[in-house]
Amino acid sequence: MSPITRGFFGRRRGPEHADRLPPGQYLERGFPVLSAGPTPRTPLEAWTFRLTGAVEPERTWSWEEFRALPSETVTKDIHCVTKWSKLDTVWEGVSVDALLDAVDVRGGYVSAFCDGGYTTNLPIADVSGGKAWVAFGYGGEPLAPEHGGPARLLVPHLYFWKSAKWVRGLRVTARDEPGFWERNGYHDRGDPWREERYRGD
Amino acid sequence: MTAALRGRRHETPTAATLVFEVGAWPGHRAGQHVDLRLTAEDGYQAERSYSIASAPEQEALELTVERLEDGEVSPYLVDSMRYGDELELRGPIGDWFAWDAGGTSRPLLLVGGGSGVVPLMAMLRHRAAQRGRAPARLLVSARTRGDLIYAEELRSLAAAPDGFELFVTFTRGGPSGWPGYTRRIDREMLGEVSWPPPREPDVFVCGPTAFVETAADALVGLGHDPGRVRTERFGPTGFA
Repeated sequence: MSPITRGFFGRRRGPEHADRLPPGQYLERGFPVLSAGPTPRTPLEAWTFRLTGAVEPERTWSWEEFRALPSETVTKDIHCVTKWSKLDTVWEGVSVDALLDAVDVRGGYVSAFCDGGYTTNLPIADVSGGKAWVAFGYGGEPLAPEHGGPARLLVPHLYFWKSAKWVRGLRVTARDEPGFWERNGYHDRGDPWREERYRGD
Repeated sequence: MTAALRGRRHETPTAATLVFEVGAWPGHRAGQHVDLRLTAEDGYQAERSYSIASAPEQEALELTVERLEDGEVSPYLVDSMRYGDELELRGPIGDWFAWDAGGTSRPLLLVGGGSGVVPLMAMLRHRAAQRGRAPARLLVSARTRGDLIYAEELRSLAAAPDGFELFVTFTRGGPSGWPGYTRRIDREMLGEVSWPPPREPDVFVCGPTAFVETAADALVGLGHDPGRVRTERFGPTGFA
């Protein structure tokens, strides 16, 4: 039971958005940047996307090959664990389904790996079935480096740290292997509607 | 847990340090943050994250909060909350942007912009309390002298002969006769302030996004291992 904070009134959100903001979130109109270290800058000639681990066969796409895959434009609400949510963000990317369809998947989890060493873990069920993309465009423009460009994972139904910036591939694993923030005190799954922010929530 | 306001110190015209008494505070590491949840009488709630300013060794928990002009929570905390008023506090949070004096003799390089100095101050207070052996340097950027949070305490920490050096830049000009930097941080400044990369300093950078991007890029460009440059950013940024 939270104590009443005397004298605090707050700013009520408009009813038009009330059902779109998970508990504890506020509406943000800018696009905050959060990351644990410097922004990596990999030239597109050197960029690849890999499916590795418990898959058969392992696959590697160059930037050109990756961009030749069918892509989708999706409009999604995103929710950061630091409390901001942003509605109706428009992304362009390749569905993770399209990537996984290229291989035989032999594990129940993925670990997304990234330039800069960041990792995050997700059950296959959270990145398949039209729920996740490898996004390379935002708002009709190429994705900016500070927001994860050239490409980031987009898993909008989970807190945004799962949408790994600068993603370079997915490693399929038999077991759930906690990633960077998941080892540093954050929740393993991160469902904003259940307010799964921190370990133990 | 419930936290009650016990004191407030105005640090600058826009920032104040709030001193909280917390029921069962489990302790924290320097650099970590907390989540605050404020509940209005009708049940409306707002949550925000704030860096801890106090060292783990201090008895009370202190947060330094910058009042955002358009903020929902920060104006209440800085101006309106009265002693004895309560809120819900959760934490400490974040095991990445945290530093322990006991564990290392590696140099500590802290780079802060505006209220980004807050978690870095917790590290310096912790270092002083532990008589840490690691040499430490802080480069802090503020608009003017009046905007520099913890100015007096930083000066007195720097005056002690214990291996801490303070570097300040005033981006809108220093007081008359100011011998230090008067520009936004850049690679040249960071090159002058930081140890050479072979010394392998632990680097913590905190501030607004553009500040952190500039500092982290420059540090990597100077040859520092990106894996040793820890960043924390705040504030919105557009795509423009």
